[in-house]
Formats: sequence, structure tokens, C-alpha cells
Amino acid sequence: MATHSDLPLLLLMTLAKVVVVLGVLLTAIAYIVWMERKVVAHIQSRWGPYLVGPHGLLQPLADALKFLFKEDIVPDEVDRPIFWLAPLLAFTLAFLSISVIPFGESITIAGHTIPLQITDLNVGLLFVLAVTSLGVYGVALAGWSSNSKFPLFGGLRSSAQLISYELSLGLAVVSVVLIAGSLSLREIVEQQRGLWNICKQPLGFLLYFTAAVAETNRTPFDLPEAEAELVGGYHTEYSSFKFAMFFMAEYANMVTVSCLATSLFFGGWLGPVFGPPLVRSLLPVLWFALKVLAFLFVYIWIRGTLPRFRYDQLMGFGWRVMLPVALLNVLGTSLIVAWRSV
Amino acid sequence: MLDQYGPILIFFVIAAAFPIVVLWLARFVRPRFNPTPEKVMPYECGITPESDARGRYTVRFYIIAILFVIFDVETVYLIPWAVQYQVLGLFGLVEMLVFLGILVVGYIWIWKRGALEWV
Repeated sequence: MATHSDLPLLLLMTLAKVVVVLGVLLTAIAYIVWMERKVVAHIQSRWGPYLVGPHGLLQPLADALKFLFKEDIVPDEVDRPIFWLAPLLAFTLAFLSISVIPFGESITIAGHTIPLQITDLNVGLLFVLAVTSLGVYGVALAGWSSNSKFPLFGGLRSSAQLISYELSLGLAVVSVVLIAGSLSLREIVEQQRGLWNICKQPLGFLLYFTAAVAETNRTPFDLPEAEAELVGGYHTEYSSFKFAMFFMAEYANMVTVSCLATSLFFGGWLGPVFGPPLVRSLLPVLWFALKVLAFLFVYIWIRGTLPRFRYDQLMGFGWRVMLPVALLNVLGTSLIVAWRSV
Repeated sequence: MLDQYGPILIFFVIAAAFPIVVLWLARFVRPRFNPTPEKVMPYECGITPESDARGRYTVRFYIIAILFVIFDVETVYLIPWAVQYQVLGLFGLVEMLVFLGILVVGYIWIWKRGALEWV
């Protein structure tokens, strides 16, 4: 509990953490886009971005500037307030869920121990699920308010897909909660000190990751923005920085689900620590970042490898394969937990 | 309460302010919006739109939405149960088996009725 006197300090610390996390996240997103373009290019025997800076390393910067300098076109027949609200909603919600992810243990600066997490919510996992499922509003409202056929279909498809796969995502997470007996992400990570949850929940992880790929609208589940059939899906009518906001939201969601996968199944920040105190408190952050990066690489790898589903296959897979398997996984886990505690 | 949720509020305010501020700042550098009839038309690959976009669409989207509500409520019930599972013991297991049993009957029924087919 914070006493009255150190409330300003606490506020300052939180503010600093929020700014640092947002800054790192925005930079990370810019370079994930670069990494994606590079990796996919190399998978397809191309070079990818090469001209702006060494190996195209300044490309994200150039892209950001270009977004800012573009004319902001608002078509005539859109619902203006909602048309403006949708990208804001998508962007803010995509970033908000990162606030409960623990990315390290704690760091001691000038006698103050600062936990490396913006806030340790006791219902952290539930918070992430709630906020990520609110994200569907951004997509649905964008599709609806554009008053144009491609965005409308993209928005509809996307909403149906998001809610369908959210069920399996939720159920996969429930089986982890069964083992951990807590919704605090910090506690869930702490409990994996002996053995990572991936060893106890291999099927749960597979379900989680498949559903997560679908939730973030990524290949092979990228039907909402299938370029060949829907132009750009729900963000067809958006231009300039408003489009950039959807773009960033999508990548922020990828980062969030990768962070969550790391925390739930791969022991979060856990890893070998050694050395002086400062290194000791920073190494976990490095382990965490490396694990998240590995997930993001798998995302891109999948995109470079798999073709897109057909829509009926997608819905059929979600409802007739993922859902029953996820239910069985919860059932099996609960039976094993009960058997082991007897 | 405040020391748990306060930081989230701060995060929310900053995360919401960032795009608004950037959008506002970009007004000074981007070219002024210069509408032409073609530019403000809904995009349909260059063809002039024939009708309003908001026509009728398949009822399956509604069915999916309704099914989602049922199963999502179920997931929400499962979460507190999962947290307390090791405390509840055998009672919790049996209780949930009954609950899931009723649900699975419904699931089989909607499958048989063809609500999960996407034609």
C-alpha cells in the first residue's frame, strides 16, 4: 500500500514506465514490420527493403514520415464520427492490453524496487481477454462506417472470425488457469519455475497459438483483408495516418498475443540469470524479449509458408474442430489435476 | 484498488492521446484535403458504385453471433471455476461436468441442425 508521502513518486514511476513501454512498443512495431518484409522477401528469394539505410534499416522511419505527409481522404458517404472513432478505438485497445504483461522480475534503482510490469492486476489474464475482445469493435465499426462494399464485407467477416476463434482462445487459457489457480500473469509465470507450462499443456498451446493467429487476422486466417478478393478489407477507405493506426494496432495485437503466449506457456521472463545485480535484473527482460521475438518470427514464417483458408473452411475449423478439442482439453486437464490432488 | 487500476488509467489516457496528437500535428504537414468526385467515391476498383453498400447479407453472421454469446458466457463461467478448482475439489469437478454436459447436448443439436455449416 502506498502511503501519502510517496504517492507522487509512485505516480512518476508509473508515468515513466508507461512512456518507456509505449516507446519501446512503437519502435518494436516499426521494426517488426521491417523484419516481416525482410523475412518474407528472403523466403521468396528477394532482397526486401534495401535502399533506405543499410539493409533498409531506416525504412520504417521513411514509412512513418510518408504516412504523415499523405493527404487524408474522407469519402463522402461515411459516418464521420464513427469513421474517426474506429481507428482510435483499434489503436488504443491494442496497446492497452500490454499494460498487465510482466516483462521482467523487478529492478532496484536508488533503493526503490520497481516491478517490471506496469501493473500487476490480480485478474490480469481476464483483463487481457476482455480488452482484446473489445478490439473487434474497431474492425466492425470501421467496416460499417465506411459505407462501401469491400470494407463492409471485410468488417463482417472479421467480426465473425474474431468471435469464433475467441472461444477456443478463452478455453485454451482456462486450462492454464486450472493448473495455475490464478489469473495474475505474474503468479502464472512464477509457477513455471520448475517446468514450463508448454510441457503440461502441449495441446493447449497449439490451440492457443492457432486461435491467436486467427484473432490477429494473420495468414492463413487473413480473410478479413484478403487482398485478392477484398482489396484491403475493413480499412479500404482509410488513408494517411488513420490507416497507419489500424496497421500499428494489428502489429500491437501480434505483440500482445506473443507476450501472452510467452507468459502462459513458455515461462515468461524465466531463464538463467547471473552476474552483478543490474545484469541480474535486466537478463529476464532479455529472455522475455527473445521469446516474444521467436514467436513473431514464427508468425512471419507461417505467413511465408501457408496459403489462405477458404471462408467456409475457416468457420468450420473454428466451430467443429477447435471448439470441441478445446473443450476436451479443459475436461482432460481438470481430470488430471483432480487425479493428482487426490 | 487505485494502485492496481490507476496505472491502467494512465496508460489508457496516454495511449488514446498519442494518435489524436499525431493526427492533429500531421494537419500541419500533410497536403490540404482536396476533394474531387472520384476521390470521395466509395472504392470499388474504379467502377462507379451501383447501389448503397448496406444491402442485405447472409443470416449466418447472426447465427454465429448468437452461438458466440452462448459459448462465451460458458467460457466466462469456466474462468472463476478454474481459479478455485483446487479448492472446490470433487464437488467442483462434478458440478462442471453437469454444466458442460448440458452444453454439449446443445452443441450436438446445433451441429445436427446444420448451424455450423457455412454454405
